[in-house]
Amino acid sequence: MPEATTAAPIAHHFSSAEQQNETAAIGMWAFLVQEVMFFGGLFTVYLVYRNLHPHAFLEGSGHLPVGLGTLNTVVLIGSSLTMALAVRCAQLGRGKGTAGYILATMALAGVFLAVKTIEYGSKWDDALIPGVRWDPWPGADPHLNLFYALYFIMTGMHAIHMLVGLVLMVFVALRSLRGRYSPQNHIGVEILGLYWHFVDLVWIFLFPLLYLLNAGGH
Amino acid sequence: MSDHVLPIRSYLNVFFALMLLTALTTAAAFVDFGSFNDVIAMAIAGTKAGLVIAIFMHVKYQSPLIRIFAVAGFAWLLIFFVLILTDYQARLPVPGWGS
Repeated sequence: MPEATTAAPIAHHFSSAEQQNETAAIGMWAFLVQEVMFFGGLFTVYLVYRNLHPHAFLEGSGHLPVGLGTLNTVVLIGSSLTMALAVRCAQLGRGKGTAGYILATMALAGVFLAVKTIEYGSKWDDALIPGVRWDPWPGADPHLNLFYALYFIMTGMHAIHMLVGLVLMVFVALRSLRGRYSPQNHIGVEILGLYWHFVDLVWIFLFPLLYLLNAGGH
Repeated sequence: MSDHVLPIRSYLNVFFALMLLTALTTAAAFVDFGSFNDVIAMAIAGTKAGLVIAIFMHVKYQSPLIRIFAVAGFAWLLIFFVLILTDYQARLPVPGWGS
């Protein structure tokens, strides 16, 4: 049963709720395509440098924790599931359900970032942070810093996107609890969902490209 | 827009498929397939991305206009990668440049 709502009516320059929602969704997709280009640039740098120095990438990847990377992949995909269910609740007019699922998503995002912090910490201990604390093992590939620089820039940009998502989730969850979304007008939740799933998409590619190159030591 | 409310079951199915593919890609990384390790990893990641885009992001149920936006972004990126690779894979060394 949909809860009582104070959702905004249709703005006067739209002829229907459907048109209003589609306009917002198109705007979000335009932004996401721009995000594809942004991360695409980073993936291109990865592609080029891995082509030029394949051994450095194998050696660097072999020293990343496959277990923690896999754990974070599971956690982040789980957070995508809870976010999808939050959007579903909004479609059905269940504001409290939406807020609850968003809270679960935030908890999973917290776990992801905590694991990431542990990983970054061990890189600090091992002196594997190019330009900051760099003293790799003897006989390391001279281009090893390229792999670790990309590792930090790509996972770091990804983590910053997650932090932005967490801030947005606080706003949407609060609005949801105040009944600001209705089955006809819940585009705010829908758009937050799109953003979060995009963050998940980036990780789906980062995980094999960074963690799994040399898992078996072959 | 998606007036389409999917049953919870659909989302759970996608989630379990994504888990299965994650296990598969991790397991495959421990086996030496030569240069096919990369092909397998990217094929699995692409399948996972497709599931997330189609179901979690509701693109399957959206208007053609939104579907074009979604496809255009990723398709352009693929063209970009192919053109970059033609350069780095096929370029002949320039005399007097590099080592």
